[in-house]
Amino acid sequence: MASVQYDDATRLYPGTPKPAVNELELTIDDGELLVLVGPSGSGKSTALRMLAGLEPLDDGRILIGGNDVSRVPPRARDIAMVFQNYALYPNLDVAQNMGFALKQQGVHKDERTKRVREVAKLLDLEPYLDRKPRNLSGGQRQRVAMGRAIVRRPQVYLMDEPLSNLDAKLRVQTRAELVELQRRLAVTTVYVTHDQVEAMTMGHRVAVLRDGDLQQVDPPSKLYHEPANLFVAGFIGSPAMNMLPVSVDHAVKIAGVEIRIADAPGGGQRGTVGFRPETVVIGTEGPIPARIRLVEDLGSEAFVHLVIDHEGEERRIVAKVEPPFHGNVDDSVRLTLRGTVHLFDGAEARRATVTL
Amino acid sequence: MKRGARLGVGERRSIAIGIGVLAWVVALIWIFPIAWTVLTSFKTEQDAAAQTFHQGLSFGRYSDIAHSIPGTLSLQTAFTNSLVVVVVSTLIVLLLALPAAYALAIRPVRKWRDVLFFFISTKFLPVVASIFPIYVYAEKWNLIGTRTILVVLYIAINLPLAIWMTRSFFMEVPRELIEAAEIDGTSLVNQLRSVILPIAAPGIAATALLCVIFAWNEYFYAIQLNFASGSTMPQWVISNVSTRGNFLAKLSAASIVACLPVVLAGWAAQKRMIRGLSMGALK
Repeated sequence: MASVQYDDATRLYPGTPKPAVNELELTIDDGELLVLVGPSGSGKSTALRMLAGLEPLDDGRILIGGNDVSRVPPRARDIAMVFQNYALYPNLDVAQNMGFALKQQGVHKDERTKRVREVAKLLDLEPYLDRKPRNLSGGQRQRVAMGRAIVRRPQVYLMDEPLSNLDAKLRVQTRAELVELQRRLAVTTVYVTHDQVEAMTMGHRVAVLRDGDLQQVDPPSKLYHEPANLFVAGFIGSPAMNMLPVSVDHAVKIAGVEIRIADAPGGGQRGTVGFRPETVVIGTEGPIPARIRLVEDLGSEAFVHLVIDHEGEERRIVAKVEPPFHGNVDDSVRLTLRGTVHLFDGAEARRATVTL
Repeated sequence: MKRGARLGVGERRSIAIGIGVLAWVVALIWIFPIAWTVLTSFKTEQDAAAQTFHQGLSFGRYSDIAHSIPGTLSLQTAFTNSLVVVVVSTLIVLLLALPAAYALAIRPVRKWRDVLFFFISTKFLPVVASIFPIYVYAEKWNLIGTRTILVVLYIAINLPLAIWMTRSFFMEVPRELIEAAEIDGTSLVNQLRSVILPIAAPGIAATALLCVIFAWNEYFYAIQLNFASGSTMPQWVISNVSTRGNFLAKLSAASIVACLPVVLAGWAAQKRMIRGLSMGALK
């Protein structure tokens, strides 16, 4: 078990103008589950592969347990990786797949069998030990891939979207199992996903990447409530945060309604105001007139898509309400904002937050 | 609307029958020379020459070719020569092609395109154009009439194709599997043996089969460089052509015997090739 440190780590693919991962500064504590999240092309997988040793560094260093491993080949880094498509050896059965790395390390056969059995028991894989991967379901293959990593007892687990090939229901279930397992084993884990729900539910901390640049690293709750910039604010949360263009000042106008933001910078530059769907309260009274465009009732919660008139233009926003919601499409309603409103400047950085 | 959807059941059936008939016609045209040869090989020479059936069928011609006239090339010698030349050349080709394919597919060397092109460029020269220098040097090094010269030439001829083919099969080994093996700590040899080769095995079998077929059937170099003790099967077939008369049935029998090993090799390799490629590796 060990901490992981990216120190100025940079990867520039040959023939590309911009680094895939740019001067990444990130420390992952011993036993922590850190999630790397971002849209495709954000550099999250590259960052993971750099840690695995599958991708060379063009600049900077990577440390595992305080040792510089930047020039160390993958096999000597004492890491285990779970691949998105599992990468099970098709000609080996489950037990051989799980024991493969131990065999390479020269672990004695009895010890190998014992460790494989232990992990198979942990993952409910005992009945399948002599099956070939092609005779397993997707969920079972996923567990074998996990098992192969666990058997090794490495310093760090690397997981590259390990749940994305499972169907929705199994994914949610496996997600919870994986979090429990990681907590039990307490092995430092770096987990890559493009799914912000996975990131929020699994990570002790979440690192948001965009175009190779680290945007913010924080615990999920802080990421949600105190996003560092417009990108993080928009990426985290579903449905996404409502955003409207405004003139940044000590008071901003949302659909003509003035909101005082005392610690906002003055000057009136163009920026963005953002508020989450749960901030929007729909009623018969309230300062902001709106029209209902669409109602999505999920049973436990409902999302109401609304149109408001902001700065002379029709703008779409979403409200999250508790069902039952008695409103129809094209109804006119009144809105009140109750909760947190963020203000972002022209450079997309968050400059002020007020609670209404 | 699709065109097929407008056809009635009867029309669709007649199309199916039509395609079936066409397939049979094509197949019969294809098989005709072989069927004719097989049939002729069981006839007497008189029947074979006259294209008649008066004296029935027998294994007589096969017995004839198995007992060669002393002083001429025997079936046993030719078969042994062919077997040695084919097996040795194919094994060496695979031994050289596999590392080359690894270096061109899995961990590509710099300028791998140029390397690939170089290999295939060796096939641009017509065989006839190369025979003269080869002959001169073969004679200088006392290799004329030996199996060694054929082994060397068949390696040279098969290697480019084998490299191209094994490279394309290696390319199909999922990248992640090799990466997983790297992380799992495999040595290069183990990586090849436990991960890459099992997946590429059907392709390697196909490559080996093509090398075997070529080496078994090769005639030009064999006849030019090796007309004596080291002669191979194609020369033995031709040795059954005689100026003393018509020996069509005997020649047919010899042709069939010469074909058989390749057919068997093809049949064996086919079973190996069909067995599921990289099923279940990913997803």
